[in-house]
Amino acid sequence: MSRAKDILLSGLVLVASRGRRKPRKDAARIVPDAGPNPGAETAAILLLFLSGLCGVAFVVVYALDRIPHQTQFLGLAIGGAFVLLAAALITTGLKLIVTEELADEYPPNEHPHEQQLIADVVEESGSRLTRARLFKLGLAAAGGGVAAAALTPAVSFGPFLRIKYFFGTPWRPGRRLVDENGRPWKASDIEEQDFYTAFPENDPDREALGAALVLVRLPKASLRLPAELRGYDADGILAFSKICTHAGCAISLYRTPKFAPDSPKPALVCPCHYSTFDPAKGGRVIFGPAPRPLPMLPLSIDKQGYLRARHNFDEAIGPSWWGVRNRSANP
Amino acid sequence: MTMTRKVVRFVDQRSGSAPLLRKIARYLFPDHWSFLLGEVALYAFMVLVATGIYLTFFFVDSTKDTVYHGPYAPLQGQHMTEAYKSVVDISMTVKAGLLIRQTHHWAANVFVAAIILHLMRVFFTGAFRKPRGLTWMVGVTMLMLTLLEAYMGYSLVDDLLSGMGLVIGYSVGMSIPFIGANLMEWLFKGPYPGQHAFWPRMYILHVLLFPILIAVLLSVHLLLVAMRHHTQFRKKRSQSNHTIVGVPMYPGQTPRSLGLLCAVVGVLFLLGGLVQINPIWLWGPYHTYLSTNGAQPDWYLGWLIGALRLVPGFDVVIGNYTLIPNPFWGGALYPMFVFGFLYFWPWFERRLTGDHAFHNLLERPRDNPLRTAVGVWMVTWVLLVLIAGSSDRVYVLFDIPYVPQIWFYRFFNLFFPIVAGFGAWWVCRELQKGEPVEEDRELAEAQARLAAWSSRRQSSET
Repeated sequence: MSRAKDILLSGLVLVASRGRRKPRKDAARIVPDAGPNPGAETAAILLLFLSGLCGVAFVVVYALDRIPHQTQFLGLAIGGAFVLLAAALITTGLKLIVTEELADEYPPNEHPHEQQLIADVVEESGSRLTRARLFKLGLAAAGGGVAAAALTPAVSFGPFLRIKYFFGTPWRPGRRLVDENGRPWKASDIEEQDFYTAFPENDPDREALGAALVLVRLPKASLRLPAELRGYDADGILAFSKICTHAGCAISLYRTPKFAPDSPKPALVCPCHYSTFDPAKGGRVIFGPAPRPLPMLPLSIDKQGYLRARHNFDEAIGPSWWGVRNRSANP
Repeated sequence: MTMTRKVVRFVDQRSGSAPLLRKIARYLFPDHWSFLLGEVALYAFMVLVATGIYLTFFFVDSTKDTVYHGPYAPLQGQHMTEAYKSVVDISMTVKAGLLIRQTHHWAANVFVAAIILHLMRVFFTGAFRKPRGLTWMVGVTMLMLTLLEAYMGYSLVDDLLSGMGLVIGYSVGMSIPFIGANLMEWLFKGPYPGQHAFWPRMYILHVLLFPILIAVLLSVHLLLVAMRHHTQFRKKRSQSNHTIVGVPMYPGQTPRSLGLLCAVVGVLFLLGGLVQINPIWLWGPYHTYLSTNGAQPDWYLGWLIGALRLVPGFDVVIGNYTLIPNPFWGGALYPMFVFGFLYFWPWFERRLTGDHAFHNLLERPRDNPLRTAVGVWMVTWVLLVLIAGSSDRVYVLFDIPYVPQIWFYRFFNLFFPIVAGFGAWWVCRELQKGEPVEEDRELAEAQARLAAWSSRRQSSET
């Protein structure tokens, strides 16, 4: 019992007593002495222990299963631990350690003597060479050859001359248009004032750039298709590539006049950079950065009323590149 | 022999580094709050590496199609790539995963912001001048790598927003004259989207190659700073181009820097735990045929989306050869111009002023009105283009129509930065003119105090 009392007492003494260190005997200190700062010291010690406590709290919160807002409590605990540690360190730096302000010389701007020595060593080292220029040429040849050999395997990354890939689309004459679940679109499904996404039937790769279409229906009288696109619509239903010709995003906004006639006419809009296309004029650009009209897919309606592609797009799909106007996308 | 002394002896006997360590311990840090910005960037980078390593243990770098059957109901049964699913799992099922992921994203934001503020501090005080030109160039390179690294980081997730960002990046690549399409085909192994080869490539670039590049350049940057010692403002008479005045590394600077490190780490964890960032489970998986309205990149790429939006719709075409596709102007040429300016400004300033001297003393922005004016012009321009990039949000929030906004910015962004530059120049000149007046006033006040004091003394003596 008395042993426990002793331990407790000595512990208290350890915690409570502030040890007074004896000053060093020799007076030639490097870091000047500025005397104790008990308040700041207490604060720093307290902050350090609190920081440790927060660290433990993190472990506890982690171990507790299914508490609400666990992420928040975890962040609070570990963030708190670091912030308290920061406070302790900054208190130490500003209040408990003597701030010395010392002056010193900047390093010399340059070392002409050493510069000369290095140049001499390099230049003198080649004195046994009699055909120095040829030797350098050989070095360059070896360097170039080795570099070329080292870089060549990178060619395997992918093809870079198979330009026809960029023109490929899965659309073929007679191919039916289906919705997201593979159900074929009927012409009667397509209503005005709304827009629909379509894919080629039985095509496994919907992620390919040329697959997705956007469908809209406009009153036949409002169509102003340019001459080369005349007849691309099927009873007022128009099909465009869903991929913007500016930067490849999907066209997913359809501006329709809810309060005709003073509101602007229908337009397909890309939400990335707001390129705006006029479906009535065959996808012509009316605003925004897109440089080419939306490629259009000619449609027909079969006897059962299903929508089918008549042939491929009128132009290459996707963003512009050097050959995008070179040839038609038709395979 | 004290314990400390024994440790030092142990190290010195085995490395012979005592003279070097003594020098390092007494290396001087001139004191100014703005010198801490670079340090903040360094510490954010440390957090990025640490949290990033944790994330790699859970992330799957594959765009193979899979169906979600996890605890998050709205995505139940949806087709998605393994990459996206693994990040949803990190956020939903890995304990502390969301905390680490959000801290990683916040650290990226703070990293870029700290670099940009640090760069502006260095620019406007002329700290890039001889003998620190190389340090500046290494720093600008790091900023460029960091922007790419951050872009790849959020592209890897393959949520709807990141997929849209990547396809825009691909389109900008395609728009490079002559070689763009070939370069992209080679890099992505065919046209994108619809290819799976790029994911592992982007992954290894993001988690290995770029971090190592940045770390190496960071080491070179810090080594160059240390070899030349830090620049200083002239706050004391003793401070000059030859004499540095500051706090020694040990003991003065060490607890402060460690304190700043802990503060940065702590604040980032608090942000990561308490402030939601990029909730990818709300965006859903990316598919080529999907996009969402109101899509915005992280802020540090906002200037590029702004530039892409401001360019009118045209390609430069010769016959049927497309010479310059549209995204090139805003997505490639504009950032090339900005970074070209940053790289070459020190050289240009030397040519302009004929000042080839060594400088260890910093200038205040007012001390060099021309440089300040040019800097303000550049900063204002980039900032306004960034603001133009948010014009769709302005439309939604304040009901200001989109098209007139774009037409406004197309002109305003070209001439207003010039006006701002002239304004900055004028302010600098006025501040300069004010300085002698201020000095005269202080001198007169000091003389008056002295006179009053001496007359009091005389009267008390008599």
